[in-house]
Amino acid sequence: MPESAVAARSLLDVAAAVESPAGKGLAFEGVSLVYPDGTHALAPVDLTVAPGEFVSLVGPSGCGKSSLLRLASGLVEPTTGSIDVDRDQLGYVFQDPTLMPWRTVTANVELLAELHGLKKAERRRLASAAIDLVGLTGFESHLPARLSGGMKMRTSLARSLTMNPEVFLFDEPFGALDEISRGRLNDELSRLFSQRQFAGVFVTHSVQEAVYLSTRVVVMSPRPGRIAATFDVPLPVPRDPEMRFDPVFTDIAHHVSSVLREGS
Amino acid sequence: MALATKVLEEQAPPAPISIQPRPPGKRRLRRLVPPLLCFVIVVGVWQGLSASLSNGRQFLLPPPWEVLTKGLLAHDAYSKILPALGRTTALALGGLAVAVALGLVTGTVLYRFRWLERATYPYLVAIQAIPILAIAPLMAVAFGYNFFAKGVIVVIIAFFPIPTSFLLGLKSVDRGLVDLFTLHRSGWLTRFRKLALPNALPQLFTGFRISAGLAVIGAIVGEQFFQAGQPGLGMLFIQYIDYVDYDQLYGCLIVSSLLGIAIYASFNYFSHRFFGSWHESAQP
Repeated sequence: MPESAVAARSLLDVAAAVESPAGKGLAFEGVSLVYPDGTHALAPVDLTVAPGEFVSLVGPSGCGKSSLLRLASGLVEPTTGSIDVDRDQLGYVFQDPTLMPWRTVTANVELLAELHGLKKAERRRLASAAIDLVGLTGFESHLPARLSGGMKMRTSLARSLTMNPEVFLFDEPFGALDEISRGRLNDELSRLFSQRQFAGVFVTHSVQEAVYLSTRVVVMSPRPGRIAATFDVPLPVPRDPEMRFDPVFTDIAHHVSSVLREGS
Repeated sequence: MALATKVLEEQAPPAPISIQPRPPGKRRLRRLVPPLLCFVIVVGVWQGLSASLSNGRQFLLPPPWEVLTKGLLAHDAYSKILPALGRTTALALGGLAVAVALGLVTGTVLYRFRWLERATYPYLVAIQAIPILAIAPLMAVAFGYNFFAKGVIVVIIAFFPIPTSFLLGLKSVDRGLVDLFTLHRSGWLTRFRKLALPNALPQLFTGFRISAGLAVIGAIVGEQFFQAGQPGLGMLFIQYIDYVDYDQLYGCLIVSSLLGIAIYASFNYFSHRFFGSWHESAQP
């Protein structure tokens, strides 16, 4: 293992010992979902994500990964079971950037603060900090139409960061991006996570991305959606691109892939 | 501290202006060539058709030059046509303004109460289908032969595109943004002001453009039917046909279509000014 990674790990241990992560995270208890047409989207699922945990959900289409996020956010009500989460402390990054095309980057990033009735000066401060954090400084006055796909996604990420959520839901946010942008955003998200220690839930189709970002990978299987297997990823955060070649990483990725093959 | 200090490989697409090989003045000139060419052809065909008519029937289609000199530029012509143009413009714009105001209110109410949309939409379509000439006599009886009755006709004709295009724009909001507003528990008014309304503006302007053309037609139809008060363009048409003054009839026709074009073009201009940067419909 490279020296810098060792240093990063020990630093992180110190950080974890000093500041205990805020919030209570997210807990599903026996949550199931049946659609009005009778489709069984989710069999009862139990899943707890504590602050400082980053959980990826992988699985084939229709296994209820995205449904879990919509349930967590309250956009969909569960058929049975209960969900314990503070909905005022929730960040949600959608599959598409979902930006307002008539608003500049800054105005888009300010939206959530605006909806919560914050003063203009405070909104500006939060927005410019978030824009800085995702590396979009210099593009504040651009309209979304003039941004690349990766930059749109960064804007979306910055918007969700402004309210500093304790629970962060990601619904395949980087699925539409090219390999290079995706890799870079993965690195930045990992650093963000190690800094803020939120409870993260990340839906993806990519096994590599899931293992790279997560402290835990949950493999789901379809019809009805349920948890097929769970893997802890005992690598230090923030992750380093070199870790993709770490035997621990490749071993877990291998196992996740084989469970996915069996399940579908 | 910034997590990402450089986004070199992710630069925004370059501004198109910087890679234009030709200066903008020359480009504009080139864009003017096709319509000018078309104009020359139309005038040529007109001239040819007019010349092919026998002497006794040439009054049906006077040659372009004669229409220009006798039908438009002669004092006798423009001293009548210009005041008429003013009256027709006032009628069309007045009716359009009322149609826009009513349309905006209708669109907003239908957006707020979705069941009302289902209940009233068939009747909105029915208004559109009313044969306007058939109900003009009814207007005359109800309101008298006056400006107001003509205005009602303009409003009825120009109304339909406004609420329908507005409603379409209000409803065609990105689902994800709707979810985002729901997640942050924003009320109906916030959602309307910050999301649905700005989203609907380009479509609304499309509705304005269609209504503007209809308002001009409505004004002329109204004037033709009512034949009362100071003459507008619609009344002049009838007079010129009665007096067999076809040069001026054609002059009047050209002026009335120029009016329609002017109103359309001004909405086009504003739509481009406001939404050109973010909406495809507003691209030139």
